[in-house]
Amino acid sequence: MTVLTPVLSTPPLVGADADGHAAFDVRDLKFWYGPAPALKDITLQIPARQITAIIGPSGCGKSTFIRCFNRMNELVPGARVEGQILFHGQNLYAPAVDPVEVRRRIGMVFQKPNPFPQSIYDNIAYGPRLNGFKGNMDEFVERSLRQAVLWDEVKDKLRQNAYTLSGGQQQRLCIARALAVEPDAILMDEPCSALDPIATLKIEELMHELAVNYTIIIVTHNMQQAARVSDITAMMMLVDDHRTGTVIEVGETQTIFTRPKDKRTEDYVTGRFG
Amino acid sequence: MSQLPTPNFKLQTAGFRRQLAGRKRWGRVFAALCLLAAMVGLVVLAVLIVDVLAKSRGWLDWQFLTSFPSRKPEAAGVLSALAGSLWLVALTALFSFPVGLAAAIYLEEYAPSNWITTLIQTNIANLAGVPSIVYGLLGLGIFVRTLGLGRSLLAGALTMSLLVLPTIIIASREAIRAVPPSLRHASLALGGTRWQTVWHTVLPMAFPGILTGAILALSRAIGETAPLITIGALTYIAFLPDGPMSAFTVLPIQIFNWTSRPQADFRNLAAAGIVLLLVVLLSANALAILLRDRLQKRN
Repeated sequence: MTVLTPVLSTPPLVGADADGHAAFDVRDLKFWYGPAPALKDITLQIPARQITAIIGPSGCGKSTFIRCFNRMNELVPGARVEGQILFHGQNLYAPAVDPVEVRRRIGMVFQKPNPFPQSIYDNIAYGPRLNGFKGNMDEFVERSLRQAVLWDEVKDKLRQNAYTLSGGQQQRLCIARALAVEPDAILMDEPCSALDPIATLKIEELMHELAVNYTIIIVTHNMQQAARVSDITAMMMLVDDHRTGTVIEVGETQTIFTRPKDKRTEDYVTGRFG
Repeated sequence: MSQLPTPNFKLQTAGFRRQLAGRKRWGRVFAALCLLAAMVGLVVLAVLIVDVLAKSRGWLDWQFLTSFPSRKPEAAGVLSALAGSLWLVALTALFSFPVGLAAAIYLEEYAPSNWITTLIQTNIANLAGVPSIVYGLLGLGIFVRTLGLGRSLLAGALTMSLLVLPTIIIASREAIRAVPPSLRHASLALGGTRWQTVWHTVLPMAFPGILTGAILALSRAIGETAPLITIGALTYIAFLPDGPMSAFTVLPIQIFNWTSRPQADFRNLAAAGIVLLLVVLLSANALAILLRDRLQKRN
């Protein structure tokens, strides 16, 4: 079993790790659900310790794409991938790489908050327990909750069911839960789509704090959000008779929103499309 | 009823109001018919219970519970049948629950979607509808004769296990399927293996439903008679079963036996047996509900 290259803790050049690799290097990625191609010809690099936003109209394959980064797509029967995603230089789709390890190293936060119907404490402890954590779980739970800026709100009710929290708190709990397995990157699939503006703002602030240590990819259908939080933006569109999604443009967020090269990107970000 | 002003109402208001009264009347008639349908089952059950309770008066006593069957009605009791039923249901649970649960987990969580899986699923659904006498013949052929287990509790329990397995599998599958996929994804995204996800997330959430299904299936086994008669369970047992290889009888067989006697007193004994059987069944169902609520609260 190939062990993934560990991320070094020394801060590298912006956007590259100590070996000069991007966090993710997507090379000619293609993806199928059954016979129909859902994604094709995606090539881009995602810098380490920055926030990359994936935007685009509904149904263009944003969620499908982000799920390629932790191999969650494989859970769909009939799913097939071609091409490579290099994670700090190591192909995530190499035959010897175990998807379980990929998911342990690349965390995910979902569209709707999905805490386990257990206590707040057990939600955080779930991942560490699965991965054989030996140590002081109380401290570890506290640290994870502090990282997600949730500790002060829940420290007196750690034994309460997670469903008693508000939607925004549940989503931050899910972020804390993802952080508790000490991942290197975090994927966020429209993490604020079920939240009100105040809860959304809290998540966005949290993302800025996390980006100091983590590579973050976020799918969002909210262009203001992409403009607010991200360093890099990738624009996706359906091509080939609106059947297959692909990335049509990628660049610094400011450039994408002010001087996009592609006419379709310009139409989309200025609201003249979809 | 006061009439609303109708500034924009272009339809003839008088006609509308008359029609509305008619529509509401139909609504009441329909509700009454549905209530009637709902009462049929309840009334029949009530009549049955009142009837058996009346007949069993004076017969359902300590002596009845602690005596073996006898040719004299006043000395006859249900002890060996009650013990046989409890033995049988315990052994059946022991065999059918783990196998049924494992099969359900396989079909819901592991099975690839191909023709073999479809074949298994269709088969299980059909097996749930096979008459119990067929299971009796199967048990007679395999367990009693081929495996040489004889007319033992073990052969009876294995036959009953085959009978209730489809029900347990189907109920467990429903319960497992009711666990939201988002929770499986949460567990897998944290680096859980498939097995860890099943064990730590799916099963704890599905367990109340699985348990309810299993207990209801086992209740059916308590009440079944035909397959046990087919495999040759005895009707006259004047001793307690001492192990899985022991000969046995069960409550429904004992009741059937008593109802077929000519003396009227034996029919009262049968009524007492029916009351006891109902008590056992309702206790099992109550236990299922109790356990389910307990476990749900813990989640």
